Amino acid sequence: MIPQEIADSIKAKFPDAILDVKLDGAIDPFAKIAADRIKDVARFMRDDEKLAFDSLMCLSGVDYTGGKLGVVYNLASMKWGHKFTLKVDVTVENPHVQSVESVWKTADWHEREAFDVIGIVFDGHPDLRRILLPDDWEGHPLRKDYKVPEYYLGMKVPY
Amino acid sequence: MEAVLTATDIKTQHPITVPGFPRPLKEQEMVINMGPQHPSTHGVLRLELILDGEIVVDVIPHIGYLHRCYEKHCEHMTNYQQVVPYCSRMDYVAALSNELGYAIACEKLLKIKVPERVEYIRVIMAELQRIANHLIAIGTYGLDMGAFTPFLYCFRDRERSLDIFEQTCGARLLYNYVWIGGLSHDVPPDFQQKTKDFCKYFRPTIKELNDLLSYNKIFIKRTADVGVLPAEVAINYGASGPMLRGSGVKWDLRKNDPYSIYDRFDWDIPVGTGRMGTVGDCWDRYMVRVHEMEQSLNIIEQAADKLPAGDVQSAIPKRIRPDAADLYVRTETPKGELGYYIMSDGTTSPFRVKVKSPCFVNLSVLPAVCRGSMIADVVAVLGSIDIVLGEIDR
Repeated sequence: MIPQEIADSIKAKFPDAILDVKLDGAIDPFAKIAADRIKDVARFMRDDEKLAFDSLMCLSGVDYTGGKLGVVYNLASMKWGHKFTLKVDVTVENPHVQSVESVWKTADWHEREAFDVIGIVFDGHPDLRRILLPDDWEGHPLRKDYKVPEYYLGMKVPY
Repeated sequence: MEAVLTATDIKTQHPITVPGFPRPLKEQEMVINMGPQHPSTHGVLRLELILDGEIVVDVIPHIGYLHRCYEKHCEHMTNYQQVVPYCSRMDYVAALSNELGYAIACEKLLKIKVPERVEYIRVIMAELQRIANHLIAIGTYGLDMGAFTPFLYCFRDRERSLDIFEQTCGARLLYNYVWIGGLSHDVPPDFQQKTKDFCKYFRPTIKELNDLLSYNKIFIKRTADVGVLPAEVAINYGASGPMLRGSGVKWDLRKNDPYSIYDRFDWDIPVGTGRMGTVGDCWDRYMVRVHEMEQSLNIIEQAADKLPAGDVQSAIPKRIRPDAADLYVRTETPKGELGYYIMSDGTTSPFRVKVKSPCFVNLSVLPAVCRGSMIADVVAVLGSIDIVLGEIDR
């Protein structure tokens, strides 16, 4: 399916969940989805016969600066060979996104990573804790306003 | 073959009883840390094993011991080209494959078409790298299973392929060879002959390896029917590379989503067939790697024959400043699907680089595969995944 058809079929099923669609001018065409509907949309996209997005290639957390955070889902269908991108935007004050761990298990560790480095909270994730950094780390290092700490647990970091 | 008992079967059939004692002995779960310095974890990985006697109830991998802030570094570089050496250091046994993925992503972002000669050299080098990587994977897997000799044979052959790298770009492990739009050096004049000689030398040694390890009865007993990963589980977890193909899924990005010039060559995708046990067991994953080395030789031979003349640095941009855009590019590295999500904001350094590491995803399948197996099989499963912690932790 071409990106236009994919966007149309999501729109037909979830008219209120799609906030924006950008097909031309973007290298990877994408649709913006509401943060509290992403799980339903993801499940539909995986299970629908025509879409069959059976693989979540990548899940990235992004800090867009200015108090805006986002999650980018790069999807592909092994069955049909087409790709599509979903984006969810949230704010720093309310960084809650529905977890898609129950749809694609790939999301399990990727969501933990996005929580770890960007600070996005995935509601419904069964085991949301830090994955790359130590459990007692403070802050989220890939936030653009992150200050590299001079001390770790009272010890001066020598560099 | 005789019927294979699972660990749970053995336990229910043989409860621990003491003569004169009215009921089977009370059992309790035990937590054991495997790693972070365990030799068979291939790096600094800690596995928290929850055991019921010898049976694994659950495995909780703890990663991050080798986290070197790759993504943070990328954002702090002054230009895109400076990221390349950091890419090499992610998967340090297949450094060139990582650089290739990053270069392809940046070229797509900049809309650069690289010269034919560059494409051919990149393919030859990437396939040599695949062979070098699989030789380490196979050698150390033999080591994990208690076979020391194949490891030495594998490293002997790996040295031969690294010699070609050394002659080309001076480095044996971390190359910084694939640059955005080109290569750091042209190949030496006798490169074609050297690669063909390597193929001629290496093809018979695969048979030697098969006789020594692949069809060794002890090795088969240790790996067949162990750590079976069904295809649908592998797909849902996003497993890729030999991990996915070992489960019988004919999926290779070089054929299914071709990049560079892979669509010009004639080769096959090896898949697991369950020849020694069940489809998707450790032996299948192992054997996919052996067959992949043969297919890589096919590609190298075809590419070396057709290597065109030209300048390898003609398309390297003077100033790398892509328009504001984001994209995701995936390539097939020896470990599996390596993806780069790159977001540019119109300046000379990347705004966000996220790496989808194949080992990261493949390792996340480990608990699903290991639950209910014996503790000794955890080592067999972990070795068959072929992880490199530098890439998992980044």
